[in-house]
Amino acid sequence: MQFDVLKEIGNIGAGNATTALSTMINGKVDMCVPKVALLEFKELPDMVGGAENIVVGILITLEGEVNGMMMFMMEQKSAYHLVNLLMGNSVTNENFTEMELSALKEIGNIIAGAYLSSLSTLINIRIDASVPYMSIDMAGAILSVPAIEFGKVGDKALIIETQFSKDDSDVNGYFILIPTRESYDVILTSLGL
Amino acid sequence: MSVMIKVGMADLNVCAAPEALTTLGLGSCVGIVLYDSSTKTAGMVHVMLPDSTKIKNNENVAKFADTGIDALIGKLISIGANRNRLIAKIAGGAQMFAFNSNNDMLRIGERNTEASKLKLQSLGIRILAEDTGLDYGRTIEFYPETGQLYIKSVGKPLKIL
Repeated sequence: MQFDVLKEIGNIGAGNATTALSTMINGKVDMCVPKVALLEFKELPDMVGGAENIVVGILITLEGEVNGMMMFMMEQKSAYHLVNLLMGNSVTNENFTEMELSALKEIGNIIAGAYLSSLSTLINIRIDASVPYMSIDMAGAILSVPAIEFGKVGDKALIIETQFSKDDSDVNGYFILIPTRESYDVILTSLGL
Repeated sequence: MSVMIKVGMADLNVCAAPEALTTLGLGSCVGIVLYDSSTKTAGMVHVMLPDSTKIKNNENVAKFADTGIDALIGKLISIGANRNRLIAKIAGGAQMFAFNSNNDMLRIGERNTEASKLKLQSLGIRILAEDTGLDYGRTIEFYPETGQLYIKSVGKPLKIL
């Protein structure tokens, strides 16, 4: 039951994030129905191509009535693609410039923010988000941060995979929402569960 | 080629030479290797949190520095390692995101490292080498044949401890 609710929140959040993305790049963006999975920590990195796969993670901490963190993660390839869409150029080299990095951070911030605001509306609770923090590294290492937060409450983590596509190119993004133990209860209670 | 045994997040395992142990993409978690050079046996645990007594849901012993190290020693003894000869090498405990706040939630890497060291110290196990902290992920491999710990990171040269 709780899983279904979290799945629905994920669905709505991802839909909202797609709209935000579409506005940002001024073009139509399609989204697949998100895949939602409750995974054991051991399996978590496999969802994003293995523990050593290089990914971009954008993390926002949550304060207010709901505490915790929210992460938006994508593969490096997808990140290049998004930056190109936004800046209208073609990044192909292995390293982002400062300008591209900051664009990427902003993309993550907007996507995560859209996701959060839909959650906030749904549960009718104000959620204050921090500035975005970004890290580009091995998936296992980036995932350790939300996994540790999940680890305080259980042995599994909820991950929502969303595929955005525009002009035949896909961008795979992953959302991870981690309320603290107390905030988890706050969310469920406000949903009447 | 030696057999490489994978240790996942919140997981532990032991092996004897020529087998080797690895854990991929350590971030804020800490990888602790215990090694007995006389029997060439070793164990590795990938801990996520410092203290099992602070968490209600603590059945998975490998998740915590305190219970994880205890469980690893037990398993090592069962494959013939000598408790009094064990030495340790540790890696990980990074701060993956450059937060500028003192929020405890975000200092977890540092706390994991501290807790692991304290636990080892209380058991009288010497830490021979460590590569902890900073802001990047690490893949580690341990070879009981030589006692060497390999540390691989993105865009950085291989480190051997």
